[in-house]
Amino acid sequence: MQGKPSAPPEPVSPAEPEPEPVGGRTPGGEPARDDPRTAWVVNRAPTARWQGVDLAEAWRYRELAYMLALRTFKLRYRQTFFGIAWALLQPLVALAIFAVIFGRFAKLPADGIPYAVFVFPALCIWTYVSTAVSAAALELVSHQELVTKVYFPRVLAPVSALLPGVVDLVISLSLAGVLMAATGVAPGPAILLLPMWILLSCLVAFGSGLWLAALNVRYRDVRHALPFLLQTWFFVSPVVYSSSLIEDGWLRALFSLNPMAAIIDGLRWSLLDAPAPPVYDLISGAVTILLVVTGLVYFRSSERKFADVI
Amino acid sequence: MADLAVDVSDLGKRYRVGIGADYTTLREHMSTVFRSRRAARDDGEPRDLWALQDVSFSMVQGDVLGIIGRNGAGKSTLLKILARITEPTTGSARIHGRLASLLEVGTGFHEDLTGRENVFLNGVVLGMSRREVQVRFDEIVEFSGVSRFLDMPIKRYSSGMKLRLAFAVAAHLDTEVVVVDEVLAVGDSEFQRRCLGKMSDLQRSGRTVLFVSHDLGTVAQLCPRTIWLAAGKIHADGPTEEVIGAYQQSFGAPEIAARLGRAGGGPVRLDSVRLVTSDGAGLEQLRRGDPFTIELCFTNDETVIGLDVGIYLEDSRGVRPLDEGLSEVVGLDIDLSAPGPHKLLLDVPAPLAAKEYVVGVWLGTSTEDFFDEPALRFEIKPALEDSRDAIGKSRVLHGTGRWRVMSP
Repeated sequence: MQGKPSAPPEPVSPAEPEPEPVGGRTPGGEPARDDPRTAWVVNRAPTARWQGVDLAEAWRYRELAYMLALRTFKLRYRQTFFGIAWALLQPLVALAIFAVIFGRFAKLPADGIPYAVFVFPALCIWTYVSTAVSAAALELVSHQELVTKVYFPRVLAPVSALLPGVVDLVISLSLAGVLMAATGVAPGPAILLLPMWILLSCLVAFGSGLWLAALNVRYRDVRHALPFLLQTWFFVSPVVYSSSLIEDGWLRALFSLNPMAAIIDGLRWSLLDAPAPPVYDLISGAVTILLVVTGLVYFRSSERKFADVI
Repeated sequence: MADLAVDVSDLGKRYRVGIGADYTTLREHMSTVFRSRRAARDDGEPRDLWALQDVSFSMVQGDVLGIIGRNGAGKSTLLKILARITEPTTGSARIHGRLASLLEVGTGFHEDLTGRENVFLNGVVLGMSRREVQVRFDEIVEFSGVSRFLDMPIKRYSSGMKLRLAFAVAAHLDTEVVVVDEVLAVGDSEFQRRCLGKMSDLQRSGRTVLFVSHDLGTVAQLCPRTIWLAAGKIHADGPTEEVIGAYQQSFGAPEIAARLGRAGGGPVRLDSVRLVTSDGAGLEQLRRGDPFTIELCFTNDETVIGLDVGIYLEDSRGVRPLDEGLSEVVGLDIDLSAPGPHKLLLDVPAPLAAKEYVVGVWLGTSTEDFFDEPALRFEIKPALEDSRDAIGKSRVLHGTGRWRVMSP
């Protein structure tokens, strides 16, 4: 990028009122150094050098992610009879089934908490992660039109896919609160960490979404593998059972490679005053970070070809 | 060079159209990976297609540049690189400031959202902030003329309304560099007039504009300078009149057959374009005032519904004295339910100025273009009795051509 020492005066059409100055301008009217109006934008042939994520640029385009998310959110329940109630219906129906099969018939232990209350928060967060991951994975391809016609930092596509589900998550977690109140389960002081688990689940969805989205541009196999992948992931995550079922040792370490393990343990700890997450969950956290970092690297390295390949 | 706005140097874009280029499933990719490296390279290399090569030019702020060239000459690839949608294989393109391209008209529009919601979504997609859209919202709505339907999902809009709304958003982008691609060819004439007005506004307000079009008349009207792209390279770059003149020269008679040969992309192929007398005899020479007929032969390979045909005459300044569409004639339809050859005649009645013309032909439906290019060049010589100042006189003849469908 080459900076220019001074900006030329802004051309203003006499017919058009000058738009209000927007982001990038300092109050004095002097263009800021990174004002997109006066900066050089370069599109050059790729070099071998790895290019990092341009966070400043992604931030400038943040409204795009927001608008895409808003569009998804608005459209999701438009022309439906139940509307936003679907956010509750889905996990509730799943809960009823699991409560009967695993709670009543299989009598899975639930750390001394009523089974339905034990399972529901985990089910909420799982529903969020699985919806967000599949949305992120398919986002670029389903918005092909955008990718082939306009420029925007591509990473915003999976980011925008993470947002709409958060609303559903908050709604369904409030219902979990109602369930807890009805059954007399009270949270402990760890409730303060609740936002952290939600944030972590966003990161997990983001990391896996980056991988799958970039892969899906190239190989449409992803669409077919996704349901199977998510189903497997569901059963290796301690959603319908307690992670305390797995005995300590290498098996537990292996189990904790699943980034969802720490999130669900943590969520139960925060909400239901269940036992605090074990040390093994640090593995989980490390895998989450690894997932996001490698996801970004892979996504960045393939994004420049998206428009040609998609 | 302080106010350089666009700087393109040595730009090249290679597409691989061979083995390993298009695999879309993992298995196909695997099978190419396991081929010996050398074999893959030997097979792959000759199939490289350079959509752009050695393209260099620059524009200073306020320049208005036309870009012309046949289909496949690299115009859209160039625009895509300028807009950073795709990256070049060689060289670089530098843009000073923000770039908006009107080739993205309607991008991000969603049928189920209302007009209002789509304006905001589309504006942000095209690089405005929500505040900027808000500031210009009334202006946009007024320009589009759909204010009464703003809170209705756009799936209930007519296609014309959608287009007007989309163009209105794009036309109100406040960017330093604007790229316009062919969008002015749509909409009714009133709307086209307003679009052209908007283009002139852009120009006057000192914006840097790249204008891509097949409509040489508009290029000549708007752009002092034009680049002619041919096979991915800059074939000419200079004053618009010279470049357009040279471009039209290139549609010489010997080339027509070859050019028609590549018109087989869709289900309808153009076979020939000739000038004939009204009863179908061949014409050697045309004098001013002679009535003549344009004969069009084409073949459809499969059933086509709703075929429309357009024929225009264009002079070297890009003016079109004649521009006729078959669909404008009520009650005249071509039956394309079975494959076969067809012949269409267009009688051109009144005197045209004595000069060179290009016959442009468009074959397509409301959703698809099968052929859209200049197809024949001819000259009208002055009539023997013409005085010097009568030579250049001609009238605009829109709507006066008479169509006839003939059995071939």
